[in-house]
Amino acid sequence: MTIVTLRVNGASHEVDIDPATPLLYVLRNDLELRGPRFGCGLGQCGVCTIIVDGAAVRSCTIPASQVSGEITTLEGLSTNGMLDPLQQAWIDEQVPQCGYCQNGQIMTAKALLNQNPNPTDIEIRTGMEGALCRCMTYYRIQAAIKRVVQGAVVSATPETDQGADV
Amino acid sequence: MSKTLQLPKIIEDALLQANPSTSRRNFLKSSGALILSVGVNSIPGGKVLAQTTDSGPYTDPDFLQLDTWIVIHPDNTASFFVGKTDGGQGTGTAFRQMMCDELDIAYDKTNLVMGSTDTTPDQGGSGGSDGVERDGWPMRRVAAEARRVLLGLASDYLEIPITELVVSNAIITSNNDPSKIVTYAELIGGRTFNVSLTGENVNATSGVANVKPVSDLNVIGQSIQRYDIPAKVDGSLIWAVDVKLPGMVHARNVRPPLVGATLRSIDESSVADTPGLIRVVSRGNYVAVVCEREEQAISAARQLQVDWAAPSEAPFPASDDLFDYMRSATIAANSASDITGDPDSALEAAEHLIEAEYEVPYQGHTAIGPAHALADPSDGQMTIYSNDIKSYGLRRGVAKFLGIAKEQVRVIYMDGPQVYGRTAADDAGFEAAFLAHELGRPVRVQWMRDEETAWDTKGPAYTFKLRGGLDRQGKLVALEYAARAADYNHLGYNQADTVLIAQLMGIRPSEPAKGRSVTPSIKYAIANQRMTADIVSLPLIWGTPLRTGNLRDPNGPQVTFAFESFIDELAAVASADPVQFRLDLLTSSDEDDLLRRARSIATLNAAAESFGWETRPSPNPQISEPGSPFVTGRGLGYTFRNGTVVALIAEVEVNRTTGHIWVKRLVCGHDCGLVINPAGLSHTVECGILHGLSRALWEEVQFDTKKIKSVDWVSHPSLRHSDIPETIEIVQVNGDPNPDRPDLPHYGAGEASHKPVIAAVANAIYDATGVRLRRPPFRKERVLAAIHAQT
Ligand code: FES
Ligand code: FES
Repeated sequence: MTIVTLRVNGASHEVDIDPATPLLYVLRNDLELRGPRFGCGLGQCGVCTIIVDGAAVRSCTIPASQVSGEITTLEGLSTNGMLDPLQQAWIDEQVPQCGYCQNGQIMTAKALLNQNPNPTDIEIRTGMEGALCRCMTYYRIQAAIKRVVQGAVVSATPETDQGADV
Repeated sequence: MSKTLQLPKIIEDALLQANPSTSRRNFLKSSGALILSVGVNSIPGGKVLAQTTDSGPYTDPDFLQLDTWIVIHPDNTASFFVGKTDGGQGTGTAFRQMMCDELDIAYDKTNLVMGSTDTTPDQGGSGGSDGVERDGWPMRRVAAEARRVLLGLASDYLEIPITELVVSNAIITSNNDPSKIVTYAELIGGRTFNVSLTGENVNATSGVANVKPVSDLNVIGQSIQRYDIPAKVDGSLIWAVDVKLPGMVHARNVRPPLVGATLRSIDESSVADTPGLIRVVSRGNYVAVVCEREEQAISAARQLQVDWAAPSEAPFPASDDLFDYMRSATIAANSASDITGDPDSALEAAEHLIEAEYEVPYQGHTAIGPAHALADPSDGQMTIYSNDIKSYGLRRGVAKFLGIAKEQVRVIYMDGPQVYGRTAADDAGFEAAFLAHELGRPVRVQWMRDEETAWDTKGPAYTFKLRGGLDRQGKLVALEYAARAADYNHLGYNQADTVLIAQLMGIRPSEPAKGRSVTPSIKYAIANQRMTADIVSLPLIWGTPLRTGNLRDPNGPQVTFAFESFIDELAAVASADPVQFRLDLLTSSDEDDLLRRARSIATLNAAAESFGWETRPSPNPQISEPGSPFVTGRGLGYTFRNGTVVALIAEVEVNRTTGHIWVKRLVCGHDCGLVINPAGLSHTVECGILHGLSRALWEEVQFDTKKIKSVDWVSHPSLRHSDIPETIEIVQVNGDPNPDRPDLPHYGAGEASHKPVIAAVANAIYDATGVRLRRPPFRKERVLAAIHAQT
């Protein structure tokens, strides 16, 4: 076991792990984050995607000890209680069905827009190609990204429920 | 090193954040004659999760008590409790809308608890797209009954006859004197109704009150945003995969590498030095490793050396030989055999005789997140945290499997990856419970990708043979349909003797379920027809990854592909327009209870009109521009499922040089009666169609005679972003002959729209190219080979 230091969502964490442990399990089980999830463990589906120094990384295949940059997870996308415009667009377009893949969709889109704030429809399709959804919410995902690109999103504070607190 | 947080604490914290002043648990503890013995807390994102520190026994919530379904809180809000689950189709939101409307309370003053066996009445969980269609009715009736009881209480309290009372947003006032006012909370908040209901079974549950006529419904019909979505996009939702308990350990399964192999021995020394190893567990051919940490369990499962004896006989033919095998196999069971008129003579006498054969491979659920569950054996009970859509069945099945009373078992339903039917979520629930029972501590199981893709249940493969006869005018006078499904030993839900762990342990039911093979659901009037549907078996029946189970309308996509393709072939021979040809067949004089004939005509016409359908026969006479490999075409698939009618039109672009298919545009006419939430419905229909498109273009389980070869997203591709149409239009139709009738039913959605997709795409490819594809998936190699074969 080795002490590994990770910088995640603005905070620094030390974990004592086998250095070969894929980052995904450290994020989920040691840091108790819930955004990145296990989908394939093979780098094929994107469900485990996080952002390291602005770029999308698949946390299921990268050893935790090899990540030295600033990690952002889905939980870290909102700032000062304001949802990221992508998250707001996801709500506006009512994107998810089950939602299990949506971490991968949102984080992949975030990294895409980091690199190319004005992607064409084709660039959205190709940029998102590796993020799989088995509920087939792709059409709405693309619509949500286009909303953000067109600047048509007004971010709100994270909505906890439209129902009563009971 | 790792700090372990208890779920109850997470939820308590979340509750405090959400609302420090009220707690359902406190309410339930303090209110005397409780039907519900547990607390229900709200967590951010509006998902409500049943959670209790109760150590059992867990009795069944009594569906004949109003208090089981509805609780009014002291702050004039309400909670609804229903025995359904929501795989992300928005049924939870729809149920809440239905109950709000009948109770007369604002949507945002309510929440909903679903599918946890000790908290919500047993409505069977989900499946069959019948939540709104069937289970919505008892929900509406009990909410209407609660409103009736509250009006009675108000009448006594205000000393005004009921007929002079009006109710709005959980406040009751006098018609004549607005100062006479009382809220639901003042009448009953924090207390129980103590009102009995009637009904032979949960579906028939009813009070005395009638439900409202359609014209009085206000919350129904609104496109209210789904309550579960915010927490799914901001990362706050607690999923079944997220639950962590003190002392919890991680398990991974070790499957036989060759299908049908028998375990000879396990060399435990092969994992002796694996850090965190707790135990290797095996019984029969079921093997699992349990470790402290998740990644340790994954490594140990890979490392474990197991000696397996290969089976003496091949478990199945290779997927390339499957259809020949099925056509020549002995029939294991007959599922349907119907004759109308005299098909033999009519076919003989027909002017044109058309014959075609179709094939559909095994296709899988292949959830994006592999099957998982966490089981906690604390206090001598068994609590299972699972996304299984049939939580009640999982509870009963596990109790039987472990040989314990069902009152000792409860299933806490939580969100998870999509479950369109009988998935491996059932199997993982049993595995977690078995391992937790063995180890005496909480065990979390998750399958790996290869396990999920190879071993999850499959939709059955089919072969079809169709013959049709047209008269001189091109009218269909005779039809013969013969189907064979490789569906022997179709698995039920959560059966203690058929779940995978039971099969691998050698547990067997006395005989296999015979499965199903299906004839098309149509309203076409065909004077002479023979419809047969048979079932064939593969050599290996038990412990095989080619296990069939319900997959989003279990037989519909296959059968509709063959039948609606054949109708298109007949229309082409008759030189008839495909829409008109179908309309001409919808002339049967006997209409059914669901008015499907009239609604089918309305739906077909609505889809054609929205698409801008040009009346002409297929194929498309246009030829591609010189030098361009692209040709386009349009195709129709029509079907219904229970009460829901679907007419789907696909426009495809075919690259004749590469064989690549792109479905550019989809227009879906959809009539499911009374629409509860129009936006939610459209999204679910859209995703159901695209799931069908994935099956049309990509999905196929491949295997050799020893093992499944489809094990990941490379060997088993699925629809991707680049496949998505430019536009998708869902046209909501109300084709009821009396569209304003006060009792317009709400039919189901989801599975229905999934059915006609393969057919619509095949018909569009034919329209574009003149090439008929009779076997999905329409991957480019297959399309190109068909184009070459034609020229
Ligand atoms: S889980 Fe990491 S890419 Fe699939
Ligand atoms: S929303 Fe269910 S897998 Fe994408």
